[in-house]
Amino acid sequence: MLIIMNKTQRHLHHKEFQETFHYHEKNRAVGESKTPDTREIKIVRKVLDVNDTIAKENRNLFAEKGVFVLNVMSSPGSGKTSILEKLLSRIVKKVRSAVIVGDICTSNDADRLSRFGAPAVQINTDAFGGDCHLAAHVIKSALGNFNLDDVDLLIVENLGNLVCPAEFDMGEDLRVVVLSVTEGEDKPIKYPLMFRVCDVALLNKIDLLPHLDYSIKKAIENILQVNPSMAIFEISAKTEDGFDSWIDWLEQRVKGKFK
Amino acid sequence: MHEMGIAMEIVEIAIASIPQDMKNVKVEKVNLKVGKLTAIVPESLRFCFDIVSKDTPLCDATLHIEEIPLVIRCSDCQDEWTIDEPIFTCRACYGGSVNIVSGRELDIHSIEIVDEE
Ligand SMILES: Nc1nc2c(ncn2[C@@H]2O[C@H](COP(=O)(O)OP(=O)(O)OP(=O)(O)O)[C@@H](O)[C@H]2O)c(=O)[nH]1
Ligand SMILES: [Mg+2]
Ligand SMILES: [Zn+2]
Ligand SMILES: [Zn+2]
Repeated sequence: MLIIMNKTQRHLHHKEFQETFHYHEKNRAVGESKTPDTREIKIVRKVLDVNDTIAKENRNLFAEKGVFVLNVMSSPGSGKTSILEKLLSRIVKKVRSAVIVGDICTSNDADRLSRFGAPAVQINTDAFGGDCHLAAHVIKSALGNFNLDDVDLLIVENLGNLVCPAEFDMGEDLRVVVLSVTEGEDKPIKYPLMFRVCDVALLNKIDLLPHLDYSIKKAIENILQVNPSMAIFEISAKTEDGFDSWIDWLEQRVKGKFK
Repeated sequence: MHEMGIAMEIVEIAIASIPQDMKNVKVEKVNLKVGKLTAIVPESLRFCFDIVSKDTPLCDATLHIEEIPLVIRCSDCQDEWTIDEPIFTCRACYGGSVNIVSGRELDIHSIEIVDEE
């Protein structure tokens, strides 16, 4: 989310700074008396240090076990589960796959995805405080459900949310953002971090285009403005339009990791 | 939305940074550096911080959030500049290969404490 400071905020910021400054001066002046003294302790640490450390451990483990990890993100209802159903139905015989699905409380998505023969585990973030994203430690604890020696592709469906999942590395190889044509063309500009951190964008539900006033061209322009190196595919999880090319592309990426 | 988890991390890191030999410490201020591209809403972070800092040495502390501008650099022509809009193409050579120099920070910089002995 872009935080754009307006003039008043900037003014307040400045004022606050001056007050702090005076406060320190004042404290120093009366330092001899018994008034409590303020002291600054430098820390300089990333707040998400712990997450980043676990993500690194996950990444090392995936490399050692030869697992390629996909992190699929989007707003609620853009079609993540539908796309993964079609993906699994096409690749599960060729590539040994496993699925982790994050949801706040139901197991519907895991039920839908477990029908294809690949093990699917549902993570309910309720148990982790109702989080709106999957963090590295959550993935780590879910890995106990699989024998990673028998998995080549681990697919993670993140929670429907374009904000938080972008901040949390979990050790994945590829980040996928799904944007359906029923959402606004300006999503990439409203959620620049998400579109910045992803490698591929799937423009889903293109079967609905005839019924909508949607400019695919504008959506693509907006994506490329935020991330000029984004790979973009126009697809429909309903008709499977565009699936040949995006799955070919994915398979190349998976092979590329272990060449 | 994930501000609660972040506030908890902040409290944990801050408490761990209080020197062991100090007794009855009150943390007055926590200084954060937050990049402009970081997905944090300051108001909700403050709200969550007030909740999770209860019954800790940080209970009266204020969060001071310094916003770090979004600076990008072109890896083709090395031009470097600050952006206010999410346009990640080079303003000079129109190349698309730019890197983020700053603006993604979410760092706890320091704490200010009062030693009441
Ligand atoms: N017409 C059309 N409908 C689609 C397409 N893909 C998904 N849908 C529908 O969109 C709705 C949401 O799809 P899901 O796959 O559940 O979306 P999701 O992103 O997994 O949703 P959450 O996990 O709840 O965030 C369902 O009713 C799907 O049938 C598509 O390509 N075309
Ligand atoms: Mg789903
Ligand atoms: Zn969140
Ligand atoms: Zn340039």
